[in-house]
Amino acid sequence: MGRNPVTWLGSPAFPTAARTALADDQLRRNLNHATGLIRNKRAGAVAELPDWEQLRLSGEAIKDEVLANLDTYLLRFEESVTARGGVVHWAADAAEANEIVLRLAREAGADEVVKIKSMATMEIGLNEALEAGGVKPIETDLAELIVQLGDDRPSHILVPAIHKNRTEIRDIFRTTMPGTEDLTNEPVELAAAARAFLRRKFLSAKVAVSGANFGVASTGSVVIVESEGNGRMCLTLPETLITVMGIEKLVPSWQDLEVFLQLLPRSSTAERMNPYTSIWSGVTPGDGPQNFHLVLVDNGRTDTLASTVGRQALRCIRCSACLNVCPVYERTGGQAYGSVYPGPIGAILTPQLAGDMHDKHAASLPFASSLCGACFEVCPVRIDIPSVLVHLRSEAVAAKPRYSPEAIGMAAMSWVMAGPRRFHVAQRLATAGRLLARGGKIRRLPFPGSKWTDSRDLPAPAKESFSAWWKRTRG
Amino acid sequence: MPTERATRRVALFATCLTDTFFPDTARAVVRLLERLGCSVEFPEAQTCCGQMHFNTGYRAKAAPLARNVATVFAGYDAVVVPSGSCAGMVRHVYPDLSVTPPPTYELSEFLVDVLEVEDVGAYFPHRVTYHPTCHSLRMLGVGDKPLRLLRAVKGLDLVELPAADSCCGFGGTFALKNADVSSAMLADKMSCVLDTSADVVTAGDNSCLMHIGGGLSRLRAGVHPVHLAEILASTEEEPWAATR
Repeated sequence: MGRNPVTWLGSPAFPTAARTALADDQLRRNLNHATGLIRNKRAGAVAELPDWEQLRLSGEAIKDEVLANLDTYLLRFEESVTARGGVVHWAADAAEANEIVLRLAREAGADEVVKIKSMATMEIGLNEALEAGGVKPIETDLAELIVQLGDDRPSHILVPAIHKNRTEIRDIFRTTMPGTEDLTNEPVELAAAARAFLRRKFLSAKVAVSGANFGVASTGSVVIVESEGNGRMCLTLPETLITVMGIEKLVPSWQDLEVFLQLLPRSSTAERMNPYTSIWSGVTPGDGPQNFHLVLVDNGRTDTLASTVGRQALRCIRCSACLNVCPVYERTGGQAYGSVYPGPIGAILTPQLAGDMHDKHAASLPFASSLCGACFEVCPVRIDIPSVLVHLRSEAVAAKPRYSPEAIGMAAMSWVMAGPRRFHVAQRLATAGRLLARGGKIRRLPFPGSKWTDSRDLPAPAKESFSAWWKRTRG
Repeated sequence: MPTERATRRVALFATCLTDTFFPDTARAVVRLLERLGCSVEFPEAQTCCGQMHFNTGYRAKAAPLARNVATVFAGYDAVVVPSGSCAGMVRHVYPDLSVTPPPTYELSEFLVDVLEVEDVGAYFPHRVTYHPTCHSLRMLGVGDKPLRLLRAVKGLDLVELPAADSCCGFGGTFALKNADVSSAMLADKMSCVLDTSADVVTAGDNSCLMHIGGGLSRLRAGVHPVHLAEILASTEEEPWAATR
C-alpha cells in the first residue's frame, strides 16, 4: 500500500505552515470576511429551529448506529444497489479506488470526465491519478473549478476557493478561459463565464464522477446535496456515472435521511434547504445514466472505526461549520493543514485516516487547536472534537521518542506536583524568577520560554505564594 | 444573603498558577467567601489539577495529579476554584481518568448557584470589560453568571466586549507550540479589549488573563487584567489596588 494521499506530500508541520499563512495579509482579510459572514448566517439559520438540539442528538444516534453495524448496512446497501442495476466495487485504499475509476472511464471510452464536487475523490487524489492515466478530469463546481484552473489547492470543505477574492478569481479566469479578456470582477459576470465554459463540457462528457453525501442502505439510493445545479447536470447527462463514496456515508432508511437533510444545509450554507437535492437508485431505463458504478472506499476508515474515542470523527457529514467558527482556521486558512480536510475536523480526521503518528506533519495536526470548543458547539452530529484532539495528542506523544526534552519536562513537572512538599520547594525556587523581571514583568526568556515572551510579557512569580501566605498567617 | 448552606465546609482550590503567580486572587476568594458567611479552608497538600499534562497528551502524567486532588479534597461539601478551566478538568475529565471528582464549582457558579447571591456587596469604581473564557463558557456552561455578578457591583461601569466568545489564543501549551497562531488570536482579542476603552479586563481564569494581560503589557496599553474574584472582593472600605 502506498502513502495515503489524504495528506499532501511534502507538507510542513502545522506551526511552520501556519506562520507562512499568517503573513499573507490578503488571505487573512479574505478569510476573516468570509468566515465571519457564514458564521453569523449559520447562527441565524439554526436559531430558527426550536428542535435543533434534538436534531443533533438524532444525527449523532443515527450515525452511531450505522458505525456500530457498518458491515450489515454496507452489505444491505450493496445488495440494494445491485438489485437496481448498479455495479458495486470495493476499494481498500486510495490506489485501488483510483485504479477502478480510471479503468471504468477508459472502458466507457472517455478521455475527459466531468466531476461533481467531492471530498472522497479529493481525499484519494483521483484527479492526479486520472490525469496520469490520460483522462482529463473537469471540476464543475464553481469553487473547485477556480482551484483547478488556478493550479491551486482547496482550503475549505464547502468553499474550496474561500481564500480567493473575486479579483483574484477574475485573474485566474482571464488567463485560463478563452475569450474572457474583458471579464470584470462582478460576481454575475464571473458566474456567467464559468457557466458558458462548463455548459460545453456537460454536453460532450460521456462519463461523470461524483461523491455522495449520503447512501440509503434500505433502497440503495445515493444522495447529492448541492447549490449550483452543476451536479444535476453531471448526474443526468452522461451515459456513465461513477460514484466514489466513503464506507461511512450510509444512513439506514429514508426516515433517517430526513434528519440530515435538515442538519446539513443549515450547518453548511446556512440555508433552510439547499437548492438541489438529487437522489437516484441504481439505473432507470431511458432516464439518466445507463451505467452506474459505485466505488466504496475504505482508505483508513476501518482503522479509524477501531478507535473507541476517535471513531466519532466518522460521523462527519462534511458541513464545514467547525471550520467557520474555528479561531485557528479563521487565521491560517485551510492549506496550512496540508490536507483536503482542514480545520478542526481535519485535525482529527486526517491523522486518523493517514494512520501514522510518526509522520511529523500528521502528528502536528491534533495540536493545531486551543481547545476552545467552538467546533463541538456547532457540530450537527455532535463530534466532541476537543476530546478527540486530546486523545490524538496522546497518540502523537506515544509515537515520539520517550526521552524528548518535552517528555522529560512533563515527567519532571508531574513528579514535582504529585505532592505538596516538592511543589512548595519548586514555588520557592520559582521566586528566583523575579530576578529576571523588571517592574514585575519578565520581558524576555530563552527558548522555549521565548515562544511566550516573543509576543507577550510574563508576570514574575509572586514574592510569596498563596500557600506560603496561608501557612504564615492562618496555618 | 447567604443561606445556611454557606456554613458548610468549603475548600479553596487555588490552582497551581494562581497560588504561584497570582496570590491576590486566592486571597480575594477567601475574603469574598468569608464576607458571605462561608468558613473557608485551604488544604495545604493541594498542587495542580493536571490539565496541562492531560491536554498536551501526557495522560499518564496527569493521573497522579488528579488522584492527589481527589484525596486532598475528599469530604468537603464544596470545592471552589477561581478557574473555569481547572474546574472543567476536575468535573469533566477526571471520570475519564478513573478518578472520582470532588464536588467542584467555578467561583461564579458557587456564588450564584450554591450561595444564591448576585449582589455580593462589592464596590469597584472602574470601567470594566469581561472576557468569557472558553472552558467556563463551553465546558462548564456558566452562561451569564459572571456578568450578573458584575452588574451588581457598585460603581462598576460594565462595557460589552466585541466578539467576546472568541478564544484569546492561550490554550495552555498551544501558546508555545503554535505561538504564531496564538499571537494572532491574541492580537484580535486585544484590539477588541482596546475598543471598549476599559481600564480593566476581567475573566474567571488567570491563565487567559495572563495571556491577554501579557499582550497588553507588552504594548504598554495601560489596561489592567483583574480576576473576577478580586473585583467581587473589593469594597468601599477595602478597595482593590493594582499590584500587578
